[in-house]
Amino acid sequence: MTYMHIGKDFTPPDIEGKVTGAARYAEDFRRDGLVFARLLTSPIPAGRVVSIDASEALAMPGVLGIFTADDLPESKPPANPALAKEFITYIGQPILAVAAESEELAEAAIERIVVEYERRPFVVDPLDTLVEGGPDPYPMGNSLIRTGEAAAGTTASGTGVGQIKWTSDQVASFRAGRFPTGASFPEEWMYGDVDANFAQCSTILEEPFVTIGYPHHSLEPRTGMAYWENGKCYFHGSLQSHTVGHDALSAMLEIDPANLVFINENTGGGFGSKIFPYPTMAVTGRFARKLNRPLQLRITRPEEFYIGSARSGMQGWIKIGLRDNGRVGAVDVAIVGDAGAGGGASGGSAAEHISIMYQPEAMRFRGMSLYTNTAPRGAQRGPGQNEMAAVLSPMMDKAARQAGIDLVEFRRVNAPGMDAKVGSRQGVLSSSYYPQAIEQVATLFGWEQKKTLPRQISATKVRGIGVGEGYHSAGASGYDGLLRIAPDGKIYLHTGVGNLGTYSYAGVLRAAAEALQCSWENCVVVHGNSDLHLPHSTYQGGSNTIFTETRSSHVAALDAIRKLKTIAAAQFGGAVEDYSIGGERVFLTSDSSKGMSYGEAAQKAIELGGELSGMTYPEDIHRTTQRSVQAMQGTGLIGVAKDTLPKSGTAPGFAIAMIEIELDTETGKFDILDYSGVAECGTVIHPMGLRQAMNGGGVWGFGMAAYERHVYDPQNGLPANVGLYQGKLPTYLDVPLHMKTAGTDMPDPQSPVGSRGIGEPAQGCAAAALMSAISDALGGHLFNRTPVTPDMIVNHIAQNSFNTGDLKTNTF
Amino acid sequence: MGFSHAASGFKGEFCGRVYSLIKGRSWITLVVLIKCSSLYTTCLGRLSQPVNPKLTRRRFIKGVIASGVAAASTSLWYTASGQSRPAGAVERLLTISVNGQTRRVDVAPQETLAHTLRYKLGLTGAKLGCNRGECGSCTVLADDVNIYSCSTLTHEVKNKAILTVEGLRAADGTLHPIQAAFIQELSPQCGFCTSGQIMSAVALLKSNPRPTREEARNALSGNLCRCGAYDHYLNGVMRASGQLS
Repeated sequence: MTYMHIGKDFTPPDIEGKVTGAARYAEDFRRDGLVFARLLTSPIPAGRVVSIDASEALAMPGVLGIFTADDLPESKPPANPALAKEFITYIGQPILAVAAESEELAEAAIERIVVEYERRPFVVDPLDTLVEGGPDPYPMGNSLIRTGEAAAGTTASGTGVGQIKWTSDQVASFRAGRFPTGASFPEEWMYGDVDANFAQCSTILEEPFVTIGYPHHSLEPRTGMAYWENGKCYFHGSLQSHTVGHDALSAMLEIDPANLVFINENTGGGFGSKIFPYPTMAVTGRFARKLNRPLQLRITRPEEFYIGSARSGMQGWIKIGLRDNGRVGAVDVAIVGDAGAGGGASGGSAAEHISIMYQPEAMRFRGMSLYTNTAPRGAQRGPGQNEMAAVLSPMMDKAARQAGIDLVEFRRVNAPGMDAKVGSRQGVLSSSYYPQAIEQVATLFGWEQKKTLPRQISATKVRGIGVGEGYHSAGASGYDGLLRIAPDGKIYLHTGVGNLGTYSYAGVLRAAAEALQCSWENCVVVHGNSDLHLPHSTYQGGSNTIFTETRSSHVAALDAIRKLKTIAAAQFGGAVEDYSIGGERVFLTSDSSKGMSYGEAAQKAIELGGELSGMTYPEDIHRTTQRSVQAMQGTGLIGVAKDTLPKSGTAPGFAIAMIEIELDTETGKFDILDYSGVAECGTVIHPMGLRQAMNGGGVWGFGMAAYERHVYDPQNGLPANVGLYQGKLPTYLDVPLHMKTAGTDMPDPQSPVGSRGIGEPAQGCAAAALMSAISDALGGHLFNRTPVTPDMIVNHIAQNSFNTGDLKTNTF
Repeated sequence: MGFSHAASGFKGEFCGRVYSLIKGRSWITLVVLIKCSSLYTTCLGRLSQPVNPKLTRRRFIKGVIASGVAAASTSLWYTASGQSRPAGAVERLLTISVNGQTRRVDVAPQETLAHTLRYKLGLTGAKLGCNRGECGSCTVLADDVNIYSCSTLTHEVKNKAILTVEGLRAADGTLHPIQAAFIQELSPQCGFCTSGQIMSAVALLKSNPRPTREEARNALSGNLCRCGAYDHYLNGVMRASGQLS
């Protein structure tokens, strides 16, 4: 299909501000009378606050007040409290905030506050709390109990703390890489006859594995600023979603959503940690109200490590069976997830990755989510799916080699196609062109040629090539679209999608411009400030935006087109269906001279009123959208609708990558010589944006595979790598000089422009491909873990198990 | 592979100093800063009273910033107050060159350049991603050398020409070639590190107008991008240097 805008590059409206310094982030805003708050955080990993003596601090000139858990509604575990009191569960947890006339004074005041703590036992390794008699991270237990629907990686609703214990023999067995016979798992699902399918498999692989969590480290710390005027709270924050967080933030502040003005034009990274409002935002808003002063709560880089969320860790066991033809016959997997001090682990999502990418005939998953006294965990770029992709890829390679099948051929045989099934319920997909993606990347990379290259390059350099696959569900439905055509002919495209840097907030609006057949230059993107009247848009995470919001943009445009034709029919006679649009005019199809410009139609809409100018609106739109339409009434032609387009099955995002590395056997370091990645995300709506997503996801994948991890001191519960340089984030020097990416560019039938999302799989495929390449360079050796760092590689080559023999998450 | 802050000699040397200062004793640094700040507040408070009881520190600083021209130097101020300058005290009212303009600004002895630029001169392009010399989001140029402004005392660079991302546009509004190329290559993602990436790239092209891609990544390696847009930033550098069509 030929499009005006879809599939074409464009200049996003916010990019000039980013290169000139004009783009403003939450911490860039100041306000007359601004006061500064800083956090006092816990020095102990577990316990409670016995008393707080702030008298000396409050007596300091310029110190304005303190804010404690007593100023907030009670929070029950495992919900992550904004400020802790009865349940301190990790070092670095906020205890109170101090406000002063300057940041320096606030910091000095913190030094004068005496907090008496009562210590409790703590634990940093989930298996240490799982064993009978082991310490619990909360007084009431160690495990997440889901009592209702809650998204993976969140404690959005319906959660509690329970206790799970295994015998010491069971834990020892699990540590040794065996399934713990008789052990209980609160989460379990199965489809097919697992035992019968294993019996039909000629290749059986049984392996333990561990993946270690790591912080999001969004480069913009979650500093916020709030002030109150005339009963309204004006909040400058940093969220990766916009309107979807509005009601939640209002609830945090206990105000009517109509009285919250949320301003957030730019967000300096989120990666899952800023999908929804986070606890410290309650402190910022409420403390400002308490003091009746504009207040900024700065979050520092070390604080960002503690409270900025992190990926969950996993420790698991897996059994894989392959049939003679290379098909995966059966998979049995058990996962103990590390949810840190709050949030949920991602074992279920990890199992979902296996179920879709290898389409096993039968599969069983058993899992649990355990708490530890480490930083709280939350959704991070493909939670579960991506770390499973990374640790699983070399194992699948080993199974394929044992079965005598080429690694890419093995992926072809098991590839999820149009008839693929996903997850425990074996649901269907909206579409899948993944087999084409495999062929595309194999050509782009030159797999057939590269697999014949010698592995030994020199005395100390070896080559490795690998393949990796990524998946995430990539789309939802049911959100609202909103636009306004003004009498001057400008088309204002409103979106409540957050601006987390992918430019998808603007890209999805091009679906509306496409339907309206208008020039992009005549469109104005309206976003980033709830006072600008934004619609209820999707949460921005989970590769969700592109599919979901092209649909809502499209239905808003369809509504506007219907109204344009209604106005023209009223003016020139005939029926609505007798009219067409083109060249930013609406006209009689049989006589184009009978028509009017969009601007003229907008003026008519104002005169005619009713639904045309937003005086009335559909009943099914969200109350956020309703408020916005009410505010825009009578200012032009309003296009507004809820997305009720047909949707069934899961809209998938797939990606596959291939990597060639050169590994130095003396240092354990490697260079990535070639990175090739292909996305299967339906129609490509923004080619440059897709490259950004794939390349950025690729860098994240390198970090997961080879660099980033939590390291906690089991003696004191102290994290050892709070800083960026200790973390460690991939730098320019850790990534290839060139990265090659592409997309299948085949349309999904459930998107009006054929597109789906890709943000998460872009990381998973890269991490998996790198793990596969490292294993290949070392003769197929399995480390059974992520990340694999140079010291592990050197120790393996030296044939010792100094830091590779004992699989643990958080510690090693 | 590795984490390099040695994009330039000056930058590398400075970062080494900062690391050695912070590493393992950040609380000491904090205390020193607090102590300095407290001392500063106390001294200024005492000194201001004989001159004008209503001349609070806050009002004084606001006045200096708002006028853009200081009514008096600290020397005059000490003279007016009838006090002797304390031994070891430094000049507080500095004249610094920022983006080709001469700015008079009250600067505390321990104040970082990032603080001065962001909170006193309103130049918020340089971002505080870490405030301790790790990420490079605060990178600006001092006499054409890229430095971390979060880890540079303003007093250290008072005699240098400071250039920030806000000062790159030509007088007619034309974007700097690096800025234009970064737009063309869709280099930024979230944009928080972009100012720093741009300033390191500008510094590179000043010293090496046609760098290889390898040279460019070494030069920019002190600037982290959490979004992972490195490939696009390098494309931008190559385009701006006329090596990518």
